[in-house]
Amino acid sequence: MTIAKLHVNGATHEVDTAPDTPLLYVLRNDLGLQGPRFGCGLGQCGACSVIIDGAAVRSCTMPVSQVRGQITTLEGLSKNGRLDPVQQAWIDEQVPQCGYCHNGQIINARVLLNRNPNPTDAEIRSAMEGALCRCMTYYRVQAAIKRVARGTTTTGREKAE
Amino acid sequence: MSPRLHLPEAIKDALHFGNSRRDFLKASGALVISFGISTDAFAAAADGAPSAGPYADPDFRQLDTWIVIHPDNTATFYVGKTDGGQGTGTAFRQMMCDELDIAYDTTSLVMGSTDITPDQGGSGGSDAIETDGWPMRRVAAEARRALLELAGKRFNVPVTQLTVKDATIALKSDPTKAVTYAELVGGKRFNIALTGNNVDATRGTADVKPVNELRVVGRSPQRYDIPAKVDGSLTWAVDMKVPGMVHARNVRPPVAGAVLRSVDETSVAGVPGFIRTVRQGNYLAVICEREEQAIRAARELKVNWQPPATAPFPPSDELFGYMRRAAPTSKSEPEVLGDPDAALAGAKLVLEAEYEVPFQGHTAIGPAHALADPSNGQMTIYTNDMKSYGLRNGVAQFLNMPRERVRVVYMNGPQVYGRTAADDAGFEAAYLARTLGRPVRLQWMRNEETAWDTKGPAYVFKLRGGLDAKGKLVAFEYDACAVDYNHVGYNEPDTVLIAQLMGKRPKGPAKGAAATPSEMYAIANRRSTTRVVGLPMIWETPLRTGNLRDPNGPQVTFASESFIDELAAAAKADPVQFRLDLLAEASEDKAFRRARSIAAVRAAAKTYGWDTRPSPKKPATGKASADQALTGRGIAYTYRNRTIAATIAEVEVNRQTGRVWVKRLVCAHDCGLVINPEGLRRTIECGMLHGLSRALWEEVRFDSEKVTSVDWLSHPSLRHSDTPEAIDVVLINGDPQPDRSDLAPYGAGEASHKPVIAAVANAIHDATGVRLRRAPFRKERVLAALRAANV
Repeated sequence: MTIAKLHVNGATHEVDTAPDTPLLYVLRNDLGLQGPRFGCGLGQCGACSVIIDGAAVRSCTMPVSQVRGQITTLEGLSKNGRLDPVQQAWIDEQVPQCGYCHNGQIINARVLLNRNPNPTDAEIRSAMEGALCRCMTYYRVQAAIKRVARGTTTTGREKAE
Repeated sequence: MSPRLHLPEAIKDALHFGNSRRDFLKASGALVISFGISTDAFAAAADGAPSAGPYADPDFRQLDTWIVIHPDNTATFYVGKTDGGQGTGTAFRQMMCDELDIAYDTTSLVMGSTDITPDQGGSGGSDAIETDGWPMRRVAAEARRALLELAGKRFNVPVTQLTVKDATIALKSDPTKAVTYAELVGGKRFNIALTGNNVDATRGTADVKPVNELRVVGRSPQRYDIPAKVDGSLTWAVDMKVPGMVHARNVRPPVAGAVLRSVDETSVAGVPGFIRTVRQGNYLAVICEREEQAIRAARELKVNWQPPATAPFPPSDELFGYMRRAAPTSKSEPEVLGDPDAALAGAKLVLEAEYEVPFQGHTAIGPAHALADPSNGQMTIYTNDMKSYGLRNGVAQFLNMPRERVRVVYMNGPQVYGRTAADDAGFEAAYLARTLGRPVRLQWMRNEETAWDTKGPAYVFKLRGGLDAKGKLVAFEYDACAVDYNHVGYNEPDTVLIAQLMGKRPKGPAKGAAATPSEMYAIANRRSTTRVVGLPMIWETPLRTGNLRDPNGPQVTFASESFIDELAAAAKADPVQFRLDLLAEASEDKAFRRARSIAAVRAAAKTYGWDTRPSPKKPATGKASADQALTGRGIAYTYRNRTIAATIAEVEVNRQTGRVWVKRLVCAHDCGLVINPEGLRRTIECGMLHGLSRALWEEVRFDSEKVTSVDWLSHPSLRHSDTPEAIDVVLINGDPQPDRSDLAPYGAGEASHKPVIAAVANAIHDATGVRLRRAPFRKERVLAALRAANV
């Protein structure tokens, strides 16, 4: 076991764990975060996505010892108690069915929109390709992303407590 | 232990922080104390307690079981259903709010936890609104009646002189004289007995409101569960933690039917956190302190498995041939109408076609999981199993515990379109927790979920049809064969995987079934036959079948609606008109399915902008080149129970790659009274896209010893790039009396899913002239068919 220092959602944590432990389990089981979820453990579905220094990263295949930089999870997207416009668009558009994969959908949409605030349909499809949804909410995910790009989300609601 | 565990209020309630809900039910007589048949050490240890355990059944015949009015004039509804993300919870609240006359925003709903909500069976068969909504409406109406009676006594007037709005009752003659529900019963019990021979028949003396008086029903309040799902604050079953909890992973046989000879525990003794292995028969699991440790130990554990002497199943490439040759394990009596033999003999043209659908999996995005807590001699299972009540009964039987010592707390989880491995994981976690004597959290790995989860049955079909000289369909023969032997049941212990691996097999396997088409076509001469076949390996198999979103519907409708299209093409008739002609003559019209079918087919065609012509489309002339994408459209129609769906797909087929892109989908959908239009639209859309995934991608592959579909590369599913650019959902009401006051709501979880494979196949035929009779339509298969036909 070794001590890993992680910067997550603006706070710094020290975690005592094996260096090859995937980041996902540390976030979920040591830091109590519930946004990133186990979907495949293979980096194929995106359910475990987090943002590290602006990039979408699959936390299920990222050894905790190799993590450098600022980690943002679904819980850390809201600012000053207000939801991120992407999260708000997800509510406005009533996107999720079961919702299990939507950590990955939202994180990947946020990263896409940070890089490209006005993506074309083709760019949305391409950037989101690795985020799988078995309830098949893709049509509404794409609609919600376009809603953010158009700036037509409702005023950010307060984060649920 | 998690430093931040945000439990939904409903779950806190279920967990009895302060025991409030169960004490409340107990004091109101709303708990049914019964003694199960189990007589084991736990029951004997009850030391004179009046019940066999703390988790008695809530009595559905008590109003207090269903509705509580709080002192702040809000209400909580308790229902025995689960919501897999289709928004049924929101719809239940809407229906109950209307009958109770209370504002939607001042209510909450608790679902599916066995000791505090009445047993309505959990979810299944798209029956939430259609069946289970009725007792909810009636008990809410009864509560309103009781409140009016109390108010009448308070004001000393007959209830006819009272008016109700937003949980406040006032005198019609003097609205300043008013009393709130809370002032009448807030925090107290109704103590009102209900009647009904079963939970579906539960009622008081009050009737439900006529449709035209419903105010919340028909509107689209946003789903209450979505905000906490998108900000990360919701605690799901997968997130649940309790003190002292450890982590487990299963170790599955490397090949189906392998016998576990020995386990070398020393091979993982050095894995940090290793606690022990648990083995019984061919069931094997490892338990470690931390999750990643359990994953590692399961991977590194040295196990001696002895492969079976004979192959458990034919490889997937040979499955359909095997099915055609296999002796049936059961078959139905032929359903015969008229004289199909004579009609076929006299037909001007006889068409025959065979269709094939492989096993398709549930493959939930989140592998199966459960947390089981054996503290204090009880067993609590935290799960997203859509049939929580069945899980409770099954686990009690499996562990030989009194039912009253077992409870299942239902929490949100990944998709539950049928009987998934969520069920298996619940049994496994409970067994491990009982064995270890500590709370155990178990989650399956991806390869396990994709390979070992229950499968939708594979099918082969043979259809024959006869057209007369005018192109009228005069004879229709349908033969279906399904691999459906050892079909997972409703939490019977002998059908779950762990029991089968342990060798527990008290009876024969569930015999399964093959289904017949759901349509209202008037065809004078028909014969339908069905049979079930088994694979060589019956028990412990990864090819165990289980209900998958309309368990047989997509397969059956692919065959029947493709064949109707083939007949229409042979008759040189427009596919929509051919169907409308067949529907026009039908006489039987239970639930107005015929009238509503006609309305749905017409509405779909109108919305799409259907141009009336036969299929296939005439190939483009002149400039047509090899790289040109071919476009076409196809329709398929069916019903699921009482809900009608007519779906049109528009496809673009790439001639060079064989890739099929469904560019547009239209669904005309009639499920009677619509509770929440926006929620319904999304459920219909997602149902269609799930059908599209099965049409284009999904197929469980295996060699002669194991399933080889193990992840998202070897078992592809629909992706963002496959999404249509337009989806039109038309909610129609084809009832002959659309405004009738007793218009019923029907289910919507499956109907739109059912016709999609057929609609896509018909569209591909329209575009290319090539008929695909084997799903799914992956590009390699499509390209081979195009090449073979010189398209």
